[in-house]
Amino acid sequence: MSDFTSEFWNFYVIGIVVLSLLACLILLWSQGSVTYTAGKTTGHAWDEDLEEYNNPMPKWWSLLFYLTVVFSVVYLFFFPGLGKYQGYLNWSSAKYSLGADGTVANQAGSKYQSEVDTVNRKLEPTLNRYLALDIPTLAKDPKAMEMGQRLFQSYCIQCHGSDAKGSKGFPNLTNDDWQWGGEPEQIEATIAGGRTAAMTPHTDMSDETVKDIANYVLSLSGESSDSERIARGEAAFRNSDCLTCHDPGIMTGQPTGVPSGNILMGAPNLTDKVWLYSRNPEVVADTIKNGRNNQMPGWEGFLGKGKVHLLAAYVYSQSHK
Amino acid sequence: MSQEKIEKNVALLIVCILLAVIWGGLLEITPLFFQTSTTTPVKGLAVYDAESLAGREVYIREGCYNCHSQMIRPFRAETERYGHYSVAGEFVFDHPFQWGSKRTGPDLHRVGGRYSNEWHQAHLFNPRDVVPESNMPSYFWLAKTKALDTVGRDIDAKMRALRIVGVPYTDEQISEARAKLQGKTEADVLVAYLQGLGKTLSNFQ
Repeated sequence: MSDFTSEFWNFYVIGIVVLSLLACLILLWSQGSVTYTAGKTTGHAWDEDLEEYNNPMPKWWSLLFYLTVVFSVVYLFFFPGLGKYQGYLNWSSAKYSLGADGTVANQAGSKYQSEVDTVNRKLEPTLNRYLALDIPTLAKDPKAMEMGQRLFQSYCIQCHGSDAKGSKGFPNLTNDDWQWGGEPEQIEATIAGGRTAAMTPHTDMSDETVKDIANYVLSLSGESSDSERIARGEAAFRNSDCLTCHDPGIMTGQPTGVPSGNILMGAPNLTDKVWLYSRNPEVVADTIKNGRNNQMPGWEGFLGKGKVHLLAAYVYSQSHK
Repeated sequence: MSQEKIEKNVALLIVCILLAVIWGGLLEITPLFFQTSTTTPVKGLAVYDAESLAGREVYIREGCYNCHSQMIRPFRAETERYGHYSVAGEFVFDHPFQWGSKRTGPDLHRVGGRYSNEWHQAHLFNPRDVVPESNMPSYFWLAKTKALDTVGRDIDAKMRALRIVGVPYTDEQISEARAKLQGKTEADVLVAYLQGLGKTLSNFQ
C-alpha cells in the first residue's frame, strides 16, 4: 500500500530502486572487464606466503547476476515496487482503504480477498444446506458433526476443553445440565449472542452465616450433614435474596421455593450434583461471599449464522448421543 | 578505489559499510514515516490507559512476545482463527509494537474480549486449569505483586514520555494514572492490557 503524504516520496522510491539496479549493473560490468593474466595476484600476502589470484569472475556466475537484474526489471513491471506504481497485474496481498475518518474497508481484488472468496463459494452451499436442517437432525449427520468438531476445537476448547467437559468456572457441555437452557434454540442463542452471568456478592454477611448457607446448599445434593448449620443456613437462604435468581418460577410470578435454577438469569440449579466451580465447602462459601462474574462471548459476528448453527448442533450432540 | 585501499583502511571500511546499510534503510524504512496508512490511527483506536500501559510493561517484562505474536497476516487461515488481519494504523500508539516473530502460543492481537477476565486470571495462574494441553508456564506470582510497586511505579513519567513521541495523553489522564492503579495487582493490569488488544477491528465488541 503506497499512500504517500506527498508526491516526492513516489519519486524518491523510484529513484533509489532505479539507481540501485544501475549500480548493480555498473559493478558487474566493471568486474567483468577484468582480464585474465596467468599468475597475476591481488598483490598482498598473508601469513608470509598466502596469496590470492586476481582472476575475473567466472562467466556463468556474472551471467547469473545479469539475469537477476533482468528478473527484477520484469518483476517491477508486473508487481508493485516502483513507488506508487501498482504493477501491470495490479497485485496486492490485502487491499483495504482507509477513509478520512480512519475506517478500514476491505476491497475486492487482493490475494487475501480472492482466497477468502474462493473458499466461501465452496463452503456456502454446504452451510446453507445445514442451516435449513434443525439441530437434532444435524447432530446425527456425521459429516456435519465432523465440521462441528473442527469448529469447536478452534473456538471453544480454550474454556470448555477439547472433551467439552469444561473446567472450573466453565460449564461441562456433555452432562445435559444447562445454565441457560438446553433446548436447541437456547444453545444456539447462547453461542450466537454470548452470555453474561453474575452472582451477586454478599460481603455484608457474616462468615458464619455464609458457612451456614454453604452447608444448606451442599445438603440439597447430599453433600453436607451438619444438621445445625443446615437448619440455620436454610433460614438465612430464604431470608436473603438467593431465591430471586435461583427459583425457576419467580420471574413468571409462580415461585416454587426450590432453588432448581433459572435459565433466564443463568442461575444454576442448586439441587443437583453438578458444580460449576466446586463442591468444596470453602469454594461454595467464597462464591456466596464474593460473588462470581463470568462471560461467554457472542460468536455470530465473527463466525456467521451457518457456523454458529453447526456449533450448536455439535454441542447438542455432546449430551444427546 | 582499489580493494587493497579499503581492506587496509578500517575507518574507510566502516564508512563504506555504513553507506551500504543506510542506502537500504533509505528505501526500506524512511518512506514508512510518510505514508498515511502507517502514521494515522485507525478510527476508534484508543490510547492505552494507565492500567493497560502498566499491563503492557508486565507483558514485555515476562517476555510474552517470545511465544506470542501480535500480528495477524492477511491469510484466510489466520483471519478465520483470530479475526481481521492487523493493519498498520492499529499500532501507531505502540512504542515499540509487540508484533513478535514466533508463535509457540497463539497470536494475541485480537484476544481482547475473546475470553472473560476470569478465564484470563485462571489461565495466567495455571494454564492447565483451563487448557489441559497447554505448555504455557504459569505466572502465579503476578497475583501477589502490586502494580504500583513495580510496573506502575513511574507510570505518569512513562505517559509523559509517550506524549512526547506522539501519544495523545491528556493532563488529566496522566495525573489520574497512579490513582487508577491503586490496589491493582500485576495480573489485573496484564488482563486489562490483553482485554484491550485489537478491539478496533474486533469481532467481539
